[in-house]
Amino acid sequence: MRPIADLVIYEEDLSRINACLSALQRKARSAAILLIDTSGQLIASAGATDGLDTTPLASLAAGSIAAAGALAQLLGEKEFSFVFYDGERKRLHLSLIGSRAILLVLLDQNSAVALVRLQVKKFSREMEDIFTELSRRPNSGAEGKSSPSKPAIGEITDDDVENLFGKG
Amino acid sequence: MSFINYAAREINCKLVYYGPGLCGKTTNLQHIYKRVDPGAKGKLISLATETERTLFFDFLPLELGTIRGFKTRFHLYTVPGQIFYEASRKLILKGADGVVFVADSQIERVEANIQSLADMRQHLGDQGIDPDKIPLVLQYNKRDLPNVTPIDELQKALNPRNLPWFEAVASQGIGVFETLKAIAKVVMQELQKKT
Ligand SMILES: Nc1nc2c(ncn2[C@@H]2O[C@H](COP(=O)(O)OP(=O)(O)OP(=O)(O)O)[C@@H](O)[C@H]2O)c(=O)[nH]1
Ligand SMILES: [Mg+2]
Repeated sequence: MRPIADLVIYEEDLSRINACLSALQRKARSAAILLIDTSGQLIASAGATDGLDTTPLASLAAGSIAAAGALAQLLGEKEFSFVFYDGERKRLHLSLIGSRAILLVLLDQNSAVALVRLQVKKFSREMEDIFTELSRRPNSGAEGKSSPSKPAIGEITDDDVENLFGKG
Repeated sequence: MSFINYAAREINCKLVYYGPGLCGKTTNLQHIYKRVDPGAKGKLISLATETERTLFFDFLPLELGTIRGFKTRFHLYTVPGQIFYEASRKLILKGADGVVFVADSQIERVEANIQSLADMRQHLGDQGIDPDKIPLVLQYNKRDLPNVTPIDELQKALNPRNLPWFEAVASQGIGVFETLKAIAKVVMQELQKKT
């Protein structure tokens, strides 16, 4: 197994991802969409996310997908292709994009599950291509330093970290 | 997996508290949650049994401020320490940037600590993470109890590489932030090497 490389996202990547997510959100007539890294961190979102507590949503979605994957393996399946939660007013559709990311689609009363599923399938392929490109890209600081959209973080000292925590 | 978002100028890191059952992992997160300013933390989510044992994980997102203009977030997780939740422990380690190994200092827990550390190394490997390279700090917890193993014995058993270690009484908040700061520092140093 290849170790999972760290994910680095630049301005131009995010606009591509955002465009893709927005299109999916519209075409699937879903309320909101979150793109989540499999370790539980939110990468991008589209739609009505204002009222959503996206950080724990992302973490719990990743936990849920991870548990589903482990259940699948116990049963001799490669994976379950999606996880679906069916509430009274809200429904959640979780699916994997390759092995890197999770797509969380929030459906409301106006969304049709079949349409969502169809569109998710279509867009997952496109997203997977983007991620494949991202992960192939050499991730060296030297290369990134020249471009204004790729500013180097610079040297992080222990004092920087100490300052984050304040005096406490 | 650290996630640097240059577009939003954010750095995200995943830190996992690992250790045997009842060693005090959840207590660490509860203390951090209590002490951090409301604006700098999200909800503490605990997926726990009715008896308050961790069932899947605890999750606490911290957004403490910026480093060089980058919003720096730490996502803290605990694993369930009970032996039979092994499958869940492995899942939580996925994409971890740093681990705090919380040891229970009580004499009768020596074996459990050693077992848990071995189990952690195995699971890290399974997740494609090199257990000798991932940032790791140790916390010797429950130092307030009368029947504790001396530190040098714990060091010999659990910390042959002499990684940063801290004595703690998590239930009183002692040593909790020292441990967190230490793992944050090692993780940020490591991150810098990669960018
Ligand atoms: N005396 C003492 N008790 C502690 C200390 N830290 C935690 N405890 C107690 O130990 C018990 C277990 O603590 P938890 O934080 O729930 O342990 P855990 O590691 O999360 O356990 P699991 O979720 O089962 O893996 C609780 O009753 C805590 O109050 C300590 O430093 N000293
Ligand atoms: Mg716990």
